[in-house]
Amino acid sequence: MLMGYSFADLGSIFAMQAFAGLSLFSVFLLMALGLAIIFGQMGVINMAHGEFMILGAYVTYLCSGFFSAFLPGLYAIYFLVAMVLAFVVAGALGMAVEWLMIRHLYRRPLDTLLATWGLSLVLQQAYRSIFGAREVGVELPEWMMGSTHLSETIDIPINGLFVMALTVLITACVFAMMFRSSWGKKVRAVVQNRTMAGAVGIDTERVDRYTFGIGCGIAGVAGSAFTMIGSTGPTSGQLYIVDTFLVVVFGGAQSLLGTIASAFSISQAQSTMEFFLSGSMAKVLVLLGVVGILMLRPQGLFVIKVRR
Amino acid sequence: MSKTLFASRGNLVGLLLLAVLLLVVFPLVFDIFRLNLVGKYLTYAFVALGLVLCWGNAGILSLGQGVFFGLGGYCMAMFLKLEASSPENTKIQSTPGIPDFMDWNQVTALPWFWEPFHSLSFSLVAVVVVPALFAFVIGLAMFKRRVGGVYFAIITQAIAAILTILIVGQQGYTGGINGITDLRTLKGWDIRTDHAKLILYFINGGLLLGALLLAQFVQQTKLGRLLVAMRDKEDRVRFSGYDVSSFRIFVFCFAAGLAAIGGAMFTLQVGFMSSSFIGIVPSIEMVIYCAVGGRSSLIGAVYGTLLINFGRSLLSESFPQLWQFAMGGLFIAIVMVFPDGLAGLYQTYAAPLIARRFRSGRGGGRIAAASTGSRVH
Repeated sequence: MLMGYSFADLGSIFAMQAFAGLSLFSVFLLMALGLAIIFGQMGVINMAHGEFMILGAYVTYLCSGFFSAFLPGLYAIYFLVAMVLAFVVAGALGMAVEWLMIRHLYRRPLDTLLATWGLSLVLQQAYRSIFGAREVGVELPEWMMGSTHLSETIDIPINGLFVMALTVLITACVFAMMFRSSWGKKVRAVVQNRTMAGAVGIDTERVDRYTFGIGCGIAGVAGSAFTMIGSTGPTSGQLYIVDTFLVVVFGGAQSLLGTIASAFSISQAQSTMEFFLSGSMAKVLVLLGVVGILMLRPQGLFVIKVRR
Repeated sequence: MSKTLFASRGNLVGLLLLAVLLLVVFPLVFDIFRLNLVGKYLTYAFVALGLVLCWGNAGILSLGQGVFFGLGGYCMAMFLKLEASSPENTKIQSTPGIPDFMDWNQVTALPWFWEPFHSLSFSLVAVVVVPALFAFVIGLAMFKRRVGGVYFAIITQAIAAILTILIVGQQGYTGGINGITDLRTLKGWDIRTDHAKLILYFINGGLLLGALLLAQFVQQTKLGRLLVAMRDKEDRVRFSGYDVSSFRIFVFCFAAGLAAIGGAMFTLQVGFMSSSFIGIVPSIEMVIYCAVGGRSSLIGAVYGTLLINFGRSLLSESFPQLWQFAMGGLFIAIVMVFPDGLAGLYQTYAAPLIARRFRSGRGGGRIAAASTGSRVH
């Protein structure tokens, strides 16, 4: 299969392939981070997670329209504004949803699943009514277009690099929040033992609401980042949901480190196989592998030992 | 004693009413086009019946019932397709005698797994056995390791996604996204005529009532009660010496078999089968049919299925935009406000009225209380 390529060709194929894998890795990780907080930490199945991502994407789309119409001078940095807005809007919607819906269902996880699925249908139709059924894309600012030439045969697109950098940044932020801030400490306390956390004076309901909001906000940022590498339609969110849940479950639901590890292994496996097989078969084999491993090891790759 | 008798009499009345509705009222009221649509809806009710046992009673939520519906449907469709693509019918193809979509995809010989579907008896057996076997493998792997609840839901959903991608990707062997279309005859009997559709409707209705009886039987045996006990207090059942996983595997396979029969009847009545009935969206929709009826009421599941599908065809004909809002709202409302669905509403409002009207001595007031227990998750 590798015959007929020169040594230099092989080198650049591997480099490009590695880059494609890393790109996919950052996409998976961005998708999964928000869910790792909501599902992994809180145990809430949010089937509308994809729609929160799409919300971020639409906010970015609106922002890009606004900047090109009114502030063309600042177009180069509209993206930063859009991402903050995406976080705020998705987070606010998340908090509202938590308050209206999720908090009544904490004891019935399967019912949460159905209710959030209903929410996702409603949101999809809302997007369709507001933005139309066609996919929309944003115009990238000048500096994000094109690619860097590392060598004669290796081209690395800048927007891909930017998404990767963003992924690293957001992951670092999430880790800092979870493990270095007092809020993160409260979240972990509530997750590990709700009753005790309440007894030592943590307002568990408030922690729940903010945790859910932040998880949704991160989904919004992820959606915003995705506009740089693809277009957005009302039902795009649904495409992500299976991958996202599998990444989180495969990593071991409660472990953020596990989420990173599983996003990495799934994305690398998939991009490597895509080189040899057709895209759909690669996807099928990777998902099958993940499901197979989950059947053998239901708790996922990384397990946090907690005494219940 | 009188209470159990009354409960079963209440069930009997409900079943008779349903039978009259399906086999007498609908055929009289609707023209053949509408009746065929109702028949199509009723095939989903098979899935809903399985979900009542699986989810409502045993507490296992499968988000992949579309897989079994689809597998059953595909088994039937493969037989019908092979019959429709006899060498005489497919002379113009570059390889006559194989299904048209294979020819379009440069497949030149019938794949090995299509071969046995030349035989009707094999196909009919395969309709039930293939999905049930698949469910058995999934159930064995999952329940033996005590995977349940949310994880089971996510994994079954992933399986539905995988199978859809696989079927769409392997166009030459499965018909891809269009599915298996242009089905004509069953052993020379044209299934596209109005007369055939009428007969198929009655076969479908009869099978559904049979499935309902069978499911009711399972519900009322000791096994059915153990399932409910496992839902509510799994550890106690396990410590009492029962093998929890085997019961779960059984009920999961049973639900898969029911769904598969529904799928096969779907293929016969609608005349095609495609991957769009397997994926995540239809699979979750089938759960809501069951939830609307009241998740542990078998008869409720049939009414729930009919109600949603009538609602869909009414709303989406006139206000297509509104339908998805309504569907989403329904999901939320059922979970938040009416977790017991139609059966719950009937229990709280209609049943006391009826009981007062026909109070029969000592036992009155609690019709079908046995079938809708308390739900604790």
